[in-house]
Amino acid sequence: MSSGINATASAVFVVLFGAVTILGFFAARWRRGDLSQLNEWGLGGRRFGTIVTWFLLGGDLYTAYTFVAVPALMFGAGAIGFFAVPYTILVYPVLFAVFPRLWSVARQHGYVTAADFVRGRFGNHALALAIAVTGIVATMPYIALQLVGIEVVIAGLGIHGELPLVLAFVILAAYTYTSGLRAPAMIAVIKDLLIYITIIAAVIFIPAELGGFAKIFAAVDPAKLTIAAGNASNWGGESAYVTLALGSALALFLYPHAVTGVLSSSSRHVIRRNAVVLPAYSLALGLIALLGYMALASGVKEMPAYADGFARFGANYAVPALFLQMFPSWFVGVAFAAIAIGALVPAAIMSIACANLFTRNIYREYINPQCSGAQESQVAKIASLVVKVGALFFILALPQAYAIQLQLLGGIWIIQTLPSVLIGLYTRWLNPWALLAGWACGIGVGTAMAASLHFKGSIFALHILGVTIPCYAALSALVLNVTVSVVLSFAFNAASPGTRADATAAADYV
Amino acid sequence: MAANGKRRGGVRLVHLLLAVPFAAMIAIGFYNRSEPALAGIPFFYWYQLLWIPLGALLLLPVYRAEERARKNGANGDTDRGKGDGA
Repeated sequence: MSSGINATASAVFVVLFGAVTILGFFAARWRRGDLSQLNEWGLGGRRFGTIVTWFLLGGDLYTAYTFVAVPALMFGAGAIGFFAVPYTILVYPVLFAVFPRLWSVARQHGYVTAADFVRGRFGNHALALAIAVTGIVATMPYIALQLVGIEVVIAGLGIHGELPLVLAFVILAAYTYTSGLRAPAMIAVIKDLLIYITIIAAVIFIPAELGGFAKIFAAVDPAKLTIAAGNASNWGGESAYVTLALGSALALFLYPHAVTGVLSSSSRHVIRRNAVVLPAYSLALGLIALLGYMALASGVKEMPAYADGFARFGANYAVPALFLQMFPSWFVGVAFAAIAIGALVPAAIMSIACANLFTRNIYREYINPQCSGAQESQVAKIASLVVKVGALFFILALPQAYAIQLQLLGGIWIIQTLPSVLIGLYTRWLNPWALLAGWACGIGVGTAMAASLHFKGSIFALHILGVTIPCYAALSALVLNVTVSVVLSFAFNAASPGTRADATAAADYV
Repeated sequence: MAANGKRRGGVRLVHLLLAVPFAAMIAIGFYNRSEPALAGIPFFYWYQLLWIPLGALLLLPVYRAEERARKNGANGDTDRGKGDGA
């Protein structure tokens, strides 16, 4: 905005943000544990019950992705952005069926990360390293997406310059460092409260003001209101839509921060219970996605007051502009604080999860095998800072027409750990070297597909037997990965029969 | 699969419910349309929003079946993880 700082909104925003900051530091004392141990700093002592896990996983899954990136895609590209809804529908059956197994085996053997599990299951250091590095690299663009969310609302307040973002960033880093996972777990409660207030206000107030849902949908270009239908020779947007949903759903719980959320719960039943109750958030996500259309209907795009914001952030500015247009100033402050805190919580969990990976699977494995528990925790705290700086690199290095591309790019990488982690939870038949080869093919081809789209998109059109199939690159690369893993496993297992090392037993998984 | 022997047959069948949302979401040819609209919301949108609660409801019977199996397991069934009483 060129009209200067919105004082009322900024004041409310700063007060809420400040309160949360104090809470973040205070969290170190909550359910007190020895924070010089990785298990305590990085997993909250594995003591979180159903309710805390609900807030923590909710804080993990519903982020700036939900509040900024998805509505932005709806605003700019139409129905295709709604794939986030089937994505969140499909996430929960996966969480329910698969991840209690990971919890059980991790509890039995003290695993903190997915790479810990892969190392124990397959007894292969190279594969475990690949899983750890993939987790760290794939999470960085996801953290970057959170920072874009914070950047957008700060600009929405009319505050110029990079200083506020840097400040928010330093605050985040500081309380993550001191309190570990307890900080985002505690703040997640406030975050949810603010988000729900904002959403309820938005879905009651804004449609009424705009003249109802029929009017809102009428503002959308009819061609974008549904997905471009396919035909026999080109599957069109439909295959893109379904693969985006499927690929995102399969990728989500492979992310280190989601694994951290799962492993910090106090029992496998907490995970199952949460899989049943977490969809309440998805309903909110569906409604938030529609904010993109409400922004179209409100006409903010053509208003001179928001021209600067749209020029700087493109469609990512749609929701902030909508709120500025529709809400009174003080409530804009509440809503923007909700978005900013909603970005800080996952950013903290993500950086903690990456720190766990680095410490467990790189530092202790390769750099200082004899490290003490306290050293391990100290390295994790420092690693959590480094990861956040890595995230900044993604913001600076990649084009950002749609912030959601950052998350989709991370998905292309993280999903390549699926054969080792997810299939590995059920069988040890796959050969670790075959898994490593499959992983390399998946990462290579997936990245090449994204690069061929100049990292501006992630839908790569496959041409198979004369049929054009637009497909989310994560899913097509995963199919290649699984194929290579299975075929080579036949070959490698035949070449060297006999049992491989497996630190886990069948009973550890149930 | 071969690595993990015993499975509870009853639990397995009810697990098929977990596949239902996948079928509902993959059938895009069915829901990629505007009509019939509901309260001004095109079919494409309300169909998928409706599947959010439906997906959660489908998890309930699976959850119940697993809880039952767990309790039976506590009464002497062999298929129980050691130290996983939490």
